[in-house]
Amino acid sequence: MSFLEVLYFIVPSAIFYAAPLIFTAIGGVFSERSGVINIGLEGLMVMGAFIGILFNLFFVDTFGAATPWVALLAAMVVSGIFSLMHAVAAISFRADQTISGVAINMLGVAVALFSVKMIYGKGQTDYIQERFIRFDIPFLSEIPVLGPMFFKNVYSTSILAIGVALCAWFIIYKTPFGLRLRAVGEHPMAADTMGVNVTRMRYIAVIVSGALAGIGGAVYSQSISGEFSHTTINGQGFMALAAMIFGKWHPLGALGAALFFGFAQALSIVGGQIPYIDQVPSYYLHILPYVLTILAVAGFIGKAHAPKSIGKPYIKGKR
Amino acid sequence: MSNRLVNILVPVISVILGLLVGAIVMLVSGYDPVKGYTALWNGIFGDSYAIGETIRQITPYLLSGLAVAFAFRTGLFNIGVEGQLLVGWFAAAYVGVAFDLPMYIHLPFAIIAAAVAGGLWALVPGLLKAKLQVHEVIVTIMMNYIALHTTNVLIRAMSDGGENTGTIKETASLKSVFFESITDYSRLHYGIFIALAMVLVMWFILEKTTIGFELKAVGFNKNASEYAGMNVNKNIILSMVISGAFAGLAGAMEALGTFQYASVKGGFTGIGFDGIAVALLGANTPLGVVFGATLFGALKYGALNMPNAADIPVEIVSIVIAIIIFFVACGYVIRYFLEKKNKKKEAK
Repeated sequence: MSFLEVLYFIVPSAIFYAAPLIFTAIGGVFSERSGVINIGLEGLMVMGAFIGILFNLFFVDTFGAATPWVALLAAMVVSGIFSLMHAVAAISFRADQTISGVAINMLGVAVALFSVKMIYGKGQTDYIQERFIRFDIPFLSEIPVLGPMFFKNVYSTSILAIGVALCAWFIIYKTPFGLRLRAVGEHPMAADTMGVNVTRMRYIAVIVSGALAGIGGAVYSQSISGEFSHTTINGQGFMALAAMIFGKWHPLGALGAALFFGFAQALSIVGGQIPYIDQVPSYYLHILPYVLTILAVAGFIGKAHAPKSIGKPYIKGKR
Repeated sequence: MSNRLVNILVPVISVILGLLVGAIVMLVSGYDPVKGYTALWNGIFGDSYAIGETIRQITPYLLSGLAVAFAFRTGLFNIGVEGQLLVGWFAAAYVGVAFDLPMYIHLPFAIIAAAVAGGLWALVPGLLKAKLQVHEVIVTIMMNYIALHTTNVLIRAMSDGGENTGTIKETASLKSVFFESITDYSRLHYGIFIALAMVLVMWFILEKTTIGFELKAVGFNKNASEYAGMNVNKNIILSMVISGAFAGLAGAMEALGTFQYASVKGGFTGIGFDGIAVALLGANTPLGVVFGATLFGALKYGALNMPNAADIPVEIVSIVIAIIIFFVACGYVIRYFLEKKNKKKEAK
């Protein structure tokens, strides 16, 4: 295999594996930028993956080839509603946000598996018939070198993921809404005095994060696994959380980090077919994202600053 | 209503609410809650085998609960119990398989190896927190995944690519012939005594030693402790390491008692994460952890009887446990209502 052929092989699979992480990590950016820690991303993703598959299996006759997209919407809505639980606990009930996130993770897995066993009588669902499929982008895929790398055999969900990340950057940094969101996460009292509704902003941010994590989960289950069982989402949510931190709570940073983690994942899965890489034990590729995240939070890769008021409930009139 | 009573009432109300929500979930999804909870009860207390297995299940929960609770008392949230448990599990199994020693050396050696492995695994987040102010939650989550992959690789290396370390030598085993005979051959082992002894150890460290006083002081107010001349960084590291050692011991229970080996895992055991629930329910006190571990260990084991006896998926109990944590976390609201009710009474 020549070097270019290796790139043609690895770059599309890296983007393919990164897509679910991108959606979820961007969701995390919204929530944490508003000052609400969201460890529950994993549970929200599980919910999304489950609803995506379930909807796909039940409505495939109605929607035909469009089923995965409609299922994506369903997963988005359900995970958004599910994240309300975290929002109520963390924002209104002043719960410890990490702990209520842990509860969301446990609950997401438990509810999904309970339902799977109730409906199918076993630990996993059937395989879906309509998945997200690859296609070649006309004209762009003809470009030499770049074409086969980025525009041939792409998933539309990958393009959507990158689009969402760019939109998130625009919303958070270029709109009044984004400014308020960041203000609420940095100094809620100052934001409150300027007439920003802190509670409302935080609720919106958490629900957006739930919706995006739901999309991430549904993309994963409908393009990578094709069914749902207890191992479908196994740490993807935590890896997205890692991507968000590695990306320093910035949408584009999170995008880059998610792409990089997708690359590491792709290497650990298809690396055996690539010269030189097949010499590296897959163990190192498996732990790479986690080690990098530790290095990132430890400040070895530039200083990362979390939003200042993260994890603190806002109590009106309290200094 | 005294503060103390409220502190006890919050977890009790949470448990009741959790069980209620579980019943509602069963009703809504077309199952019979009475039948379900009866099956759960029989799964826990049905016969001597069930009781033995329930206590066996409680053993690692006691230790993982202690691990989370101990770190909490110093203001640290150790989500990494799961990973520390895995390295402890491997270390104990390794010592159990690789050495040939008389029992009075071999068994303590294997147990201590597990505690040391867990402690060292927790040292990393402790050091990073103390020296670089890195939040321990993120580091411990990442360390969990590193532990999972690392122990898998080590087990494969040890068994020449196999999935299993092989059974440990009898000299390192916690197996109990006596318990087997009275509980109809359940896997109940002597580890329960180690776990209960550790409950005492935690109580002793926290309540009767200077170290414990400093650890708690740092948990209450870091700055005040600093001004009082305590070495905050040292206490943070120490707290993480002790917490990790408890977690490692939980792994030893699985390696030397329940399973007698370590095997390659596709995912986490869940014991470490459930330890968070145990600690929260027990208000991070040693005695509270005993109650929390007993409740969750019993629920987890008893649930295994539900699919057979009542045709209800075991996950119903995970739903109940998650709801309980959720309500304990929202303790503010429960307190609020209790106080409101209290004030009404006083006004009358």
